[in-house]
Amino acid sequence: MAPAVNQHSVGIVEPRVARFTEPLALACGRDLATHELVFETYGELNEQRSNAVLICHALSGNHHAAGYHSPEDKKAGWWNECIGPGKPIDTNRFYVVSLNNIGGCHGSTGPTSINPQTGKPWGPDFPPLRARDWVNSQARLADYLGIDCWAAVVGGSLGGMQAMRWSLEYPERVRHCIVIAAAMKLSAQNLAFNEVARQAILSDPAFSEGRYQEQGTLPVQGLALARMVGHITYLSDHAMANKFGRDLRSGSLDQGNDENVEFQVQSYLRYQGSQFSGSFDANTYILMTRALDYFDLAREYNNDPVEAFGHAKCSYLVVSFSTDWRFSPARSREIVNALIAADRPVTYAEIEADEGHDAFLLPIPRYMDVFSAYMQRVGATN
Amino acid sequence: MRLDLAHIQRWIRPGSRVLDLGCGDGEFLQLLRDQRQVRGTGIEIGEREITAAIARGLNIVEQNMDEGLGNFPDQSFDTVVMAHALQAVHFPDRVLDEMLRIGREGIVTFPNFGHWRCRLYLGTRGRMPVSRFMPYNWYDTPNIHFCTVKDFEALCEQKNIRILARDVVGNTDRQPLFASVWPNLFAATAIYHITR
Repeated sequence: MAPAVNQHSVGIVEPRVARFTEPLALACGRDLATHELVFETYGELNEQRSNAVLICHALSGNHHAAGYHSPEDKKAGWWNECIGPGKPIDTNRFYVVSLNNIGGCHGSTGPTSINPQTGKPWGPDFPPLRARDWVNSQARLADYLGIDCWAAVVGGSLGGMQAMRWSLEYPERVRHCIVIAAAMKLSAQNLAFNEVARQAILSDPAFSEGRYQEQGTLPVQGLALARMVGHITYLSDHAMANKFGRDLRSGSLDQGNDENVEFQVQSYLRYQGSQFSGSFDANTYILMTRALDYFDLAREYNNDPVEAFGHAKCSYLVVSFSTDWRFSPARSREIVNALIAADRPVTYAEIEADEGHDAFLLPIPRYMDVFSAYMQRVGATN
Repeated sequence: MRLDLAHIQRWIRPGSRVLDLGCGDGEFLQLLRDQRQVRGTGIEIGEREITAAIARGLNIVEQNMDEGLGNFPDQSFDTVVMAHALQAVHFPDRVLDEMLRIGREGIVTFPNFGHWRCRLYLGTRGRMPVSRFMPYNWYDTPNIHFCTVKDFEALCEQKNIRILARDVVGNTDRQPLFASVWPNLFAATAIYHITR
């Protein structure tokens, strides 16, 4: 049986494209004259149009969050564990909307799209974006789909930042905000890792100052290296030790043996890097990491998160994972404490998990229980 | 519904804000929400209890009282409730201070270690009491700070905490006859409504 045919799967899904011809004003001061968003939906919108859930993707995510693209497709969407019949975001109950953000490289307008003014790919000239630009374009998608108010806006990592931004920018259009493994802003350590990733790309000669599409080259080395660095920060020390330890893939450390030694973790990282560099755009990666760097939830609110959340009207679920050191539980507790001080309804769970930041993508039993229980509440008030 | 919880309901004004420290599965907060339109928040550390309370549609924050309550602003709740948890925290005196910093009023319930059964058990057997209501051994009990009605009232006096009301429940559904007269001897559970 094909994996797509499964009572807990949304099955075969087909991406759709929405085209927007009104200029989108961006935080950087420039306009995007026209843009397209590629998105998928799962489940049915109810008559009151009150059961819609928006999924905001993270750094390297896309619109394909659940299901399969064909019966032969072996790889499900990136959040298939959490979206589907009987899963936390239950498609028997909710109408789920998942898009590829502008600036992305999976079909929405981004650096690989043609700049209508020049007739060439945007490349490095694509306007820099902030999380609020994504939120504004997502609001247009909501209009396009006839959704006045989301039952929930949900996101992990950078997606959680968009969800929080939604709750401040469109307080009337969000009933519940679900923020998983996120933070109100990056730490210096986070910024540092992102800079290493960007430098890896920028220093690849094939990057050609971002005009590799026109040059017919691809900075695969740089992008792979960037992904390798990123990937290390998604895993915990414990998870890496468990998965690879010091196991050797080839060679020997015996004395009197001079052949090259390769550890399992080396080959794993290189595989991850090369897989990624074949399917992702380098300019998008730079743009996304910058948006992540610039995000600071409370900047416009006198740097006071309590004042910021004072503008929100929704209820919040915040979830963190014990071994996540990229966005640690302490960062989530800052969100929770600001919400408490702002007198917003908040629920918080800190999940024991060995998998580090990646845990938010995995079906960890307690995580699934908490997520499902909260989504029941979201559904109860549809 | 545990007897002590049924008793303390009447001290909570409809529509007020309540913080429940160690809220368990949220049964009490749900009752307050459904019958008294209370806006409630619970804190809890038990994983199953947290999930159950979330499923009831309550606002629950996973937080360990022993690591402080400093994230709750001064006087941000009308009432702070702590039912059957005083004896399980590391610093009961500090938690009492925190309760009355966060809330205008506090409600505390705890098992009274001065109950005659405890005294009899300790007096005749010379061993720490184990009963249906306190089923743990001394070495594995989560209850690390047992006190009596007299102990609690002495602490309140020392801290200038005003006792607005005292209530007691026995081991059965019947109101214990002597408990209101000699609470330290006959109250199985002591219930205090306090403020500063």
